[in-house]
Amino acid sequence: MIQTFAFYLFAVLMIASAVMVITARNPVHSVLWLILAFFNAAGLMVLVGAEFIAMLLVIVYVGAVAVLFLFVVMMLDIDVAAMRAGFMKNFPLGIAIALILLAELVLGIGAYQAGAIDLGTAAASDAPAMVESNTAAIGALLYSKYIFLFEIAGIILLVAMIGAIVLTHRPSKSKRGQQDIGKQVRRNPDEATVMKQPEVGKGVEL
Amino acid sequence: MTEFFQSLGMSYEWAWGLATLAGILLIALPLMLAVAMIIYVDRKVWAAINLRRGPNVVGPFGLLQSFADGLKVFLQETIIPSAANKGIFILAPIVTFTVALAAWAVIPFDAGMVLADINVGLLYILAISSLSVYGVIMAGWASNSKYPFFSAMRASAQMISYEVSIGFILVCVVLYAGTFNLSEIVMAQEGHGFGIVNGYVFNLLLFPMWVMFFISCLAETQRVPFDLTEAESELVAGYQTEYSSMSFALFWLGEYANILLMCMLNAILFFGGWLPPLNIDLIPWFDIPGIVWLLLKTFFFFFMFSWVMATVPRYRYDQLMRLGWKVFLPISLLFVVLISGYLMATGHYG
Repeated sequence: MIQTFAFYLFAVLMIASAVMVITARNPVHSVLWLILAFFNAAGLMVLVGAEFIAMLLVIVYVGAVAVLFLFVVMMLDIDVAAMRAGFMKNFPLGIAIALILLAELVLGIGAYQAGAIDLGTAAASDAPAMVESNTAAIGALLYSKYIFLFEIAGIILLVAMIGAIVLTHRPSKSKRGQQDIGKQVRRNPDEATVMKQPEVGKGVEL
Repeated sequence: MTEFFQSLGMSYEWAWGLATLAGILLIALPLMLAVAMIIYVDRKVWAAINLRRGPNVVGPFGLLQSFADGLKVFLQETIIPSAANKGIFILAPIVTFTVALAAWAVIPFDAGMVLADINVGLLYILAISSLSVYGVIMAGWASNSKYPFFSAMRASAQMISYEVSIGFILVCVVLYAGTFNLSEIVMAQEGHGFGIVNGYVFNLLLFPMWVMFFISCLAETQRVPFDLTEAESELVAGYQTEYSSMSFALFWLGEYANILLMCMLNAILFFGGWLPPLNIDLIPWFDIPGIVWLLLKTFFFFFMFSWVMATVPRYRYDQLMRLGWKVFLPISLLFVVLISGYLMATGHYG
């Protein structure tokens, strides 16, 4: 009973907040609704017993991706009226993309029902028997059967990260603003200050 | 507790619901009391280090100071700036407070004394603590004022930076314990140091991790020396500038509940949680209930937090970012490799 109630609660909230994402007038509100949608998705994951995925969803999407999203949206001065002006122009394109996504979904479900896809590689790396906890089960599968796919994903992310850094990094030309922290820490009062006792009526020469 | 309610003749679902509700109240109410007292302790320690008296007027030794402050704040008028984004402005302190309380669900206070004994407990804590930044960002943006907005930007950058290194530090602990369940992590620390001492901190590989975890906790909870989000010399009062009355108090409560949580995590992850410090039954260590040990350890860490607040000057923002990304992140990454290599070499997993 509790599960059914929780499922409908999460599902209704998720769909409602997803609708609010595209209908909210303020882009910041949109992002906040999106976060609520992520959160409810995590709740649904917990209900199907995938608590590890649920926690990762919250940590990665809500905790990191959506924060950056919110960050960018807040900084941008988005004019909603100007954005709506191009609605009719982009409408056919939007419909086309929606149709492609629908077709892909149907294809995907059809392929899934036709039988599981075998993405395994080496013969010796058969998936071990199901271990008790969800986390251990994912680990056992990910690091044995799907190890190559996992490593390829890691390499793609690494390349993307290096690419992003290379694209955005601009070495500063001027020396100003560059600090040597070690030098700052090593400084002590003896070399930074001078004690002088000037006579009355005379200035200090440094 | 579910069994107790079931013995009163209730169905399992009702008994479970009532037991959970009772558990929530049993955690949340003492927590609020603890927050009030810990604010008093904070001010007292700070005052003692500054050679002042601190709060000493309301009640014996000023013990009721926090309650007087609470009453004062409660009676104030709630002011919402006319240019503020009203809904989010009101929602922000509620989010902060709720998130600060939600994390306590998985904290084990003693063997078996935990509201939700889930096997991804540590990940849950990480997920919830990554949510706490939203209260600050929403407050800063909704206030529609420049200082709160600066503070919100600082807060989000700061919390994301330190969460990365905290994540890696937690990975080191999890590598040793072999589980994400907080109770099992505590049990794994029994007799960890040569069979005599309980706690991962006495491990040479994990001790540097604890030092970094402690500093990261300071940054994560925005305590001095990393309190750049509310640096009064630069940003008035940061994201709280436009808040008054109970909305301000909710921020305050949430912040201190988070600090207490971090202190407790220090105790649970590195100092053996509810276990006594020594694993020898010479003195009647084991007769003292586990929760007393846990609270004592937590209090010790809170004392250290106050101590740091009274003695260390505030970091500059670029120094803060440098510490997070250029010092803590590489070192914690190195230790993940070191520790997993060491555990593999010594056959930790059998």
